[in-house]
Formats: sequence, C-alpha cells, structure tokens
Amino acid sequence: MISVGHYLAVSAVLFTLGVLGIFINRKNIIVILMAIELILLAVNINLVAFSAALGDLVGQVFSMFVLTVAAGEAAIGLAILVIYFRGRGTIAVDDANRMKG
Amino acid sequence: MIQAIVFLPLLAAIIAGLGQRVIGNVPSKILTTGALFTSCALSWPIFLSFVTGSGEATVTPVLHWVSSGALQFNWELRVDTLTAVMLVVITTVSALVHLYSWGYMEEDPDQPRFFAYLSLFTFAMLMLVTANNLVQMFFGWEGVGLASYLLIGFWYKKPSANAAAIKAFVVNRVGDLGFMLGIFGTFLVFGTVSIPEILAAAPGMAGSTISFMGMRLDTMTILCLLLFIGAMGKSAQLGLHTWLPDAMEGPTPVSALIHAATMVTAGVFMVCRLSPMFETSEVAQGVVMFVGAATCFFAATVATTQWDIKRVIAYSTCSQLGYMFFAAGAGAYGAAMFHLFTHAFFKALLFLGAGSVIHAMHHEQDMRYYGNLRKSIPITYWAMMLGTLAITGVGIAGVAGFAGFYSKDGILEAAFASGGGGVVAFWVGIFVAFLTSFYSWRLVFLTFYGKPRWEQSEHIQHAVHGDHHDHPSDEHAGDDHAHAHHHDTHSDGTAGYHPHESPISMLIPLVVLSIGAVFAGIAFHHQFIYPEEGMAFWKGSLAFDEHLMHAAHEVPLWVKWTPFTVMAIGLFLAWNSYIRNTSLPARFVAQFKLLHQFLYNKWYFDELYNILFVKPAFAIGRFFWKRGDEGTIDRFGPDGAAALVAGGTRLAVRLQSGYVYGYAFVMLLGLVGLASWAMVNFL
Repeated sequence: MISVGHYLAVSAVLFTLGVLGIFINRKNIIVILMAIELILLAVNINLVAFSAALGDLVGQVFSMFVLTVAAGEAAIGLAILVIYFRGRGTIAVDDANRMKG
Repeated sequence: MIQAIVFLPLLAAIIAGLGQRVIGNVPSKILTTGALFTSCALSWPIFLSFVTGSGEATVTPVLHWVSSGALQFNWELRVDTLTAVMLVVITTVSALVHLYSWGYMEEDPDQPRFFAYLSLFTFAMLMLVTANNLVQMFFGWEGVGLASYLLIGFWYKKPSANAAAIKAFVVNRVGDLGFMLGIFGTFLVFGTVSIPEILAAAPGMAGSTISFMGMRLDTMTILCLLLFIGAMGKSAQLGLHTWLPDAMEGPTPVSALIHAATMVTAGVFMVCRLSPMFETSEVAQGVVMFVGAATCFFAATVATTQWDIKRVIAYSTCSQLGYMFFAAGAGAYGAAMFHLFTHAFFKALLFLGAGSVIHAMHHEQDMRYYGNLRKSIPITYWAMMLGTLAITGVGIAGVAGFAGFYSKDGILEAAFASGGGGVVAFWVGIFVAFLTSFYSWRLVFLTFYGKPRWEQSEHIQHAVHGDHHDHPSDEHAGDDHAHAHHHDTHSDGTAGYHPHESPISMLIPLVVLSIGAVFAGIAFHHQFIYPEEGMAFWKGSLAFDEHLMHAAHEVPLWVKWTPFTVMAIGLFLAWNSYIRNTSLPARFVAQFKLLHQFLYNKWYFDELYNILFVKPAFAIGRFFWKRGDEGTIDRFGPDGAAALVAGGTRLAVRLQSGYVYGYAFVMLLGLVGLASWAMVNFL
C-alpha cells in the first residue's frame, strides 16, 4: 500500500534534486530553470498527496495554480534568457556575474 | 625722551614690516633709518650728561604688567650710567648699520623686511638694557634672540642659513633655560624680580644655602651660576659658542650689528648689571673668570687658522667677549664695560669693512683669493687698518693709543692687580693679545697686501665671464657694482677683475666708526676705569671696585708694556709669514699637521656636540617615532582600526560573488536556519 509517506519521500527527493540542480549546476541557466520547475513539481506532489489523503480538494486546486504560475515563470524565464543570450552571447552560469560587488 | 629712544625703532619696525606693500621700499628704509638716527641723536645727550656728571639715574614707568600675589612688576625704563653706555653703543651702531644696509642690500628684493627686522632687533636690545626687572630683561633677551634668528635666516632659500639660524636659536635656548632658572631662583630667594631690590638684598644673602637638585648649595653661587649660563649662551662663551661662527651666514650688516657689537654683549651687560650679586660669590666670580679666559684663548687660537674673512672676525669677537668676562670675573666691571664700549666700535668697523671687501670682491669671502686690494678700495683699506690698529691695542702707555689699547690694557692690568687666579688670567690674556695681533694682521696682510690671487675664485670667475647666475635671492642677492671687464691676459692673478669701492652709504658708517675706533678709548677712559672718576661716573650702577682700579693703575711698568710688546711680536710674525716669506705658513702647517687640523676644525667642538647631543637626540627621536608612534600608537590605534575595517570588507567582498546561485544558496541557508529555529521553538 502506498502511503502518504512514500509520496512525501519522492517529493523530498525531487525537491533536493532541484535545489542541488540550482547550486551544483555550473553549466547553463536553462538547467536552473529546469531545476526550479522540478522544485515546483515536488511541491505539487506534496499538495496532491495531502489533498488525496485528507479528502480536501483545495490542495489539488492549489496545485493547478502552481502549474499555471510555473508555466508563466518558464515562459518569462526563457524569454529573459533569449534576450540575455543576444546581449552577452553566452548563457553559461559562471559568466553571469555582473552583480559582483 | 627715553620712551622715544626705545619705542621709535619698534614703531618703525611695525610700519615698515607690516606696511611695506603699502608704503614701498624706499619709504620703509627712510622710516627705519630715520627712527634709528633720531634714537641715536637722543641717546648721546643722555650719555654725555652722565660723562659730565650731571646725569641722574631715573626710572620711567610705562605700563602695568603683572600683579599677582607677591609677584609684581611693571614695564619700566631705567636709565643710569650703565644703560646710557649701552644706549649709545646700540643706537649708534644700529643707525650706522641701517645706513650701511642701504648700499649693501641695495639689490635685495626683500629690503623692507630686512630693515624691519633690524629695527625690531634694536627695540628688543633697548628693552633689555633699560629693564628694571629681570622679567623685562628676559623679554628683551628673547626678543634679540628672535631677531637674531630671523636675520641669520634672512636669506631663507639658502639651506645653510636656515641651519645656522636654527642652531643659533637652539643653542641660545640652552642658555635661556639657565637664565630662566636663575630668575625663578631669584624670585624664590628674594621674593621680587625688581633688579634694584635684588641688588640691595644680595649682600645679606651671602653665605646662606639653598637646596638645589638634592644638594645644599650656597644660594648666591647657584643663582649667579644659573644666570651666568644665560650670559654664556647669549655671549657665545666656551661651550655654548658654537652658534656664533655659523651665524655669519646672515648678511654682513647683521653680523656687524648683532653678532659683534650689540647682542652678544648682552651677557656681559647682564653680569655687570647684576654685579653686586656676583660680588657676593667668590666661586661664581672664579667661574666667570675661568670661562672668560678659556673662551678668549680658544677663540683666538681658532681664528689664526680660518680662511673665511667673516669667520676670523667672528672668532675674534668670541675671544674679545672672553676678555670682557674675565674682566668681570676679576671684579673690574668698569673695564669690562669699557671694552664692550670700544669693542662695539672697532668690531662693527671691522665687520662692515669686511662687508665692503666682500662687496667689492663679488661675494668672495675666502681670504686665500684676496690680496693687493689696498689700491682698489683705499677707503675700506684705511678703515680696516684703523679697526685692526684698535683691536690689536696699538698705543704707548701713558701717552695715547687706539680704543682697544685703553680697554684691553685696562682689563689686563685689573686682572693682574686682582691677584690669585687673576694673574693666570693675565698671562692667558697676554698670550691671547699676541694671537689677536697675529690673526688680525694676518687678515689685513692676506686681504690688502701681496699679489692678487683673485683668479682662483669662482665668484670672481663668474663676474669676469659675465655669467648671469640665476640665484634671485641667495648669497648673490645683494649683488655689487663691481664691473668686470674681460681681459685675455690672466698672468697678473687678477683674472681681469677690477674691484670697485663701495657706494657712499657704506663708506659713511666706516668713516664714523673709524673715528670711534680711534678716539673712543682716549676720550672716555678716565670715566670708565680711573678709580675716582669711575666712582663718580658709574654712580653705583655696577659694582665699581675703587681699590682694584687703584691697584690696576699701580701695576709694575712691565705689566703695562707687555701687551704692546706681544702685539709687536704678533705683527712681526704675521708680516714675516704673509708678506716677506709667503711659503712659511704652508711649511708650518706641514710641520704641525695635527695641531693645525685641531685648530682648523675649531677644536672639534661641532663634531663632539654632534656625537654627544645631536646624534643621541636624533636616535631618541627616531625611537619614539618608529617604535613609539608608528609601532605602538598608530599600529593599535588609527592604523589598526583601519586595517580591521579593510580586512572585514575584503571578507564581505568575497561573499558578493555576483553569481545568482550563490545568493540563492545563502537565502536557502537562511531559510533552513529560520525554519529550524521555528521548529525548535514553536513545535
């Protein structure tokens, strides 16, 4: 029987992967966007799992909102990335250090 | 009237010094010179009234000054015989030097400043000699020190002049410390700084003791010695003399006024003014006599080897001041003052004459490059000749003589008559009279006789080849009018140079001072040193010892003739060495190389002081600078705080990598921390 705990474990693994994807990734910014996506999905799994377990639909509705926001975020992120690439000719993470003090 | 004498120079100095831009060069010069001649004209009647016996000692109040408990004193101008003598010396020499400076400083760009300083000096000196209390005397004392500093460093673009000015000031501070301690001690003992009250109370204190630096010492001895240290500093006595020769870096009129005729005699004046105090302590008198005799001997030996014309005269001054002090030490204060009086005339004459020679020789000061100048600058030659005759003491006992003859012989006879240590001082004085004659005639012979040796001089070469040296205000500042003509033949040693006689404004002072150098002795020796007339003349303004002066006139005939004899020997020796057989000095130097080196380097006093005082002072300074200030205070204070901030910032900067994930990571850490904290506390 698959319990809430299993869902939470999967969600935690995904979340950790997403976070590590942001910090350990040194290649390019698309991967960061993907990692963010992964984090959001991990949260969604949590929401849906609790919704099912508790019999409360609000969680599932909330996950729909999250998906919508994630789609918008991905679109804006990719758009920024395209502009950024035009400007600097690279999307490598290590080159994105213009904020250095 | 006395107010006018004292304050006119101050007024002129202020107007010329501060208003030079407004009123211009020539009016400033006219103003200062005019003020000084007025002062001089007012001083002579005062002096003559004392000479004729009609003058009375007066004290003129000027202003209230300090009234604080037991310490009370006012600005007062005291005029008595002693002051009157100083008044004429100061104002006469100063007025003539002002006039002389018209010619000597003609091309200097800063003339009003120069004249203002000269007048300021005269004012300070007049305050010193008219003081009725020790504090006012100290005011004048410091004032002349300041003016001397300003005038030595007048050509302030010359590093050597600045160094000499600082040296003069610092060495004088050493003496001033003694003087100050003396004043404090006097106030402690007598409860007053008023000179007449102190002198009246001094005999009563003889024999009492005072605790000084943990020892019980005789009160009067310690006070007199402290005051005498002040006198030693100002009058350049052995030990504190090192500043005087260096002071010759100043313009020559300054050397004549300050470093020969007036300021350096302030010490002698002070000892004479306080003579009743010195009379109460045998030890102090002995020290004064010893220091005077030692200085006299030391300076005369050094003068025989120097080549710089001004240095020879500077050491000669030092030596003559030694004469004055050993006269004072022997108790013959009248004789000391007499020598001060005559010396002022002939030494100012010699200095101004030397200035005229330097002027004619295009600022060459080395006597090795002079020679045969008597035909080119005859008036200067005759003035210098009379000055030399005066300083060497030419005269026939009982008949007539030049000024120095009366005063120097008066000193030697008094020293002989005082017995004891005085006889030793007498023999030292005799030997120094011989040296004086030798170096004075050496100067005259090297400068005015022999063959011209001008061509080796760089200054002359400059002049001849018309090099327009571009030193606007250094040693060439007061450039002269000696016009140079180029000749192709240099075989005569003149390098084609024609020295010209100085302008009339420089010759008048020479002539006037020549009159003083010739007649000052014969005209006034009765008043100054004869027993009965002296008593009537001095009227108790200094401790005039009638018995001693009697004894001085009763000395054996050989004592009276010895100074003249040794003078003649010195003259002959100088003539033999520098005219007849000019290779003799070089051979003598080769024979006694060590002795010559010792004398030529001024007994190594400068080197000794360098090792003893200057180097340790620098070492201590460097220790406190490097270790104390930079190593401790700065390191842990401002520098340390700054380094801490800089280091902290460097760490913070490292955090600001500019990588987004870095910031995100920190954010995450913070979030985790916050969440953990909330879980621990609220769950």
